[in-house]
Amino acid sequence: MNGFPRGQTAIVGSATFGVGETPGMQPIDLAARASIDALDQSHIPLRDVDALFLCLPDDMLSGLTFAEYLGLRPKITENNRVGGAAFQTFVYWAAMALAAGEIDCALIAYGSNQRSQAGKLVTPAQQIISESVYKPLMPISSYALSASRHMHEFGTTRAQLAEVAVSARAWANLNPEAFAHGPLTVEDCLAARMVSSPLGLRDCCLVTDGAAAIVMTRADRARDLTEKPAYVLGAAAATWHRNISQMPDLTTTCAVESGARAYAQAKLGPQDIDVVQLYDAFTINTLMFLEDLGFCPKGEGGRFVEDGRIAPDGELPVNTNGGGLSYGHPGMYGLFTLAESVAQISGTAGARQIPDVEVALAHGNGGTFSSEATVILGGEATV
Amino acid sequence: MTRETVIGDALHPIEDYQNFLNSGCFRLQRDRTTGKAFFYPRVHAPFTGSRDLEWFEPSGRGVVYAVTIVSQRPPKPNYNVVLVDLEEGPRLMSRVEVESPEDVYIGMSVRARIAQIEGQGLLLFDPVSDEGEES
Repeated sequence: MNGFPRGQTAIVGSATFGVGETPGMQPIDLAARASIDALDQSHIPLRDVDALFLCLPDDMLSGLTFAEYLGLRPKITENNRVGGAAFQTFVYWAAMALAAGEIDCALIAYGSNQRSQAGKLVTPAQQIISESVYKPLMPISSYALSASRHMHEFGTTRAQLAEVAVSARAWANLNPEAFAHGPLTVEDCLAARMVSSPLGLRDCCLVTDGAAAIVMTRADRARDLTEKPAYVLGAAAATWHRNISQMPDLTTTCAVESGARAYAQAKLGPQDIDVVQLYDAFTINTLMFLEDLGFCPKGEGGRFVEDGRIAPDGELPVNTNGGGLSYGHPGMYGLFTLAESVAQISGTAGARQIPDVEVALAHGNGGTFSSEATVILGGEATV
Repeated sequence: MTRETVIGDALHPIEDYQNFLNSGCFRLQRDRTTGKAFFYPRVHAPFTGSRDLEWFEPSGRGVVYAVTIVSQRPPKPNYNVVLVDLEEGPRLMSRVEVESPEDVYIGMSVRARIAQIEGQGLLLFDPVSDEGEES
């Protein structure tokens, strides 16, 4: 085997659970419930799962706990720590291990009760340098610093950032599972309380509970299990820094690297992508990733999203579930971009379904634009 | 006061950096082979892995690279958080001490100053008014 096993593995089950508020449930309960739902969909019995890839916010050894909870003895037990990009990274490792024949069924799961538990981001992350003495609001201030540079260098405006939030809300209004519904205008966003300039309240993602899970197996088996598998055409990750102060250029993320590698593996480019899911913890993320993943030139993100281009009925459907901004964000959003991509490829996205989706891109982000990971999924016609 | 020069065996870089600040000195590390300065302090130079390091006194001059104003509920005042590009190359997080936090802008020339707060040296920056805007 040489290089990434394009199209040799597929996602055959995908589920989300408890997006919103789930008082009394533990993160592991949420992750387990989503996992069983995803396995049901895949028609693979729980006992056949031989690789676990998991993130929980509250348990350093969550992989071990999850294996025990599910009653499994997996060959691979992973709970990596690259932040919200963990799940795209898991797809990469699972595809490699499946294609190599080392495992037969991978379960990738996540669950968090951060809304019910604390009402804010729960993170045990540590920093080597004591930047906390300057009291940045983390992670918001990091993204705000990046946004300040984007505005300075490219003339990006707060109204353009607001367009991202408005588009996300319009998609959320088509998704009954989304936590935030109702009208939202650019004016509403601009009038909202400033948090860490230039980012205001509506530039920030929701704080919700929620869980998601996907099931992966080899392509030959996938066709017998489900009518419309989502084949893994490319998956790549990159890490360039941890702290925002160490980010080489605050207007370019290592999504340029993860994206380029994923496109090369998939033998596709941005022009081939039918639907795009980007990790939108903040509105600036969407602009940066549209640029870094090649949907528009660097610096053009603000102008690109104007006039509803990424909203329903726009030219490029982005974050069709409503995104972290209006669908849900339990602390690590990456797996939800994959779940929505699978829904779009399998044609189960209801009122927000994009017709004839053949190729979907799901992009994860971790830390403060620190780790980026890109997965490209395709329908039957792509393999 | 800690060692001025540490070669090879610099095993407590963050502690040394803070001790310098506590004694009123701003010091950075650089790689003696390349002369390249870096921040934050480490047991080796990033990328090259060089252990041939020394502490030196930077000029203290820098330019604001990025800025955010953190909003607080009144009467608590808002404050700024900045990234400063030092003349010697490294970038670090700090705060620019100004009357109104909104007065800070990208490209503003600033100079380092050490404040002592409860026995701990804290690196801050003051605007340099006699220099033009760079960006």
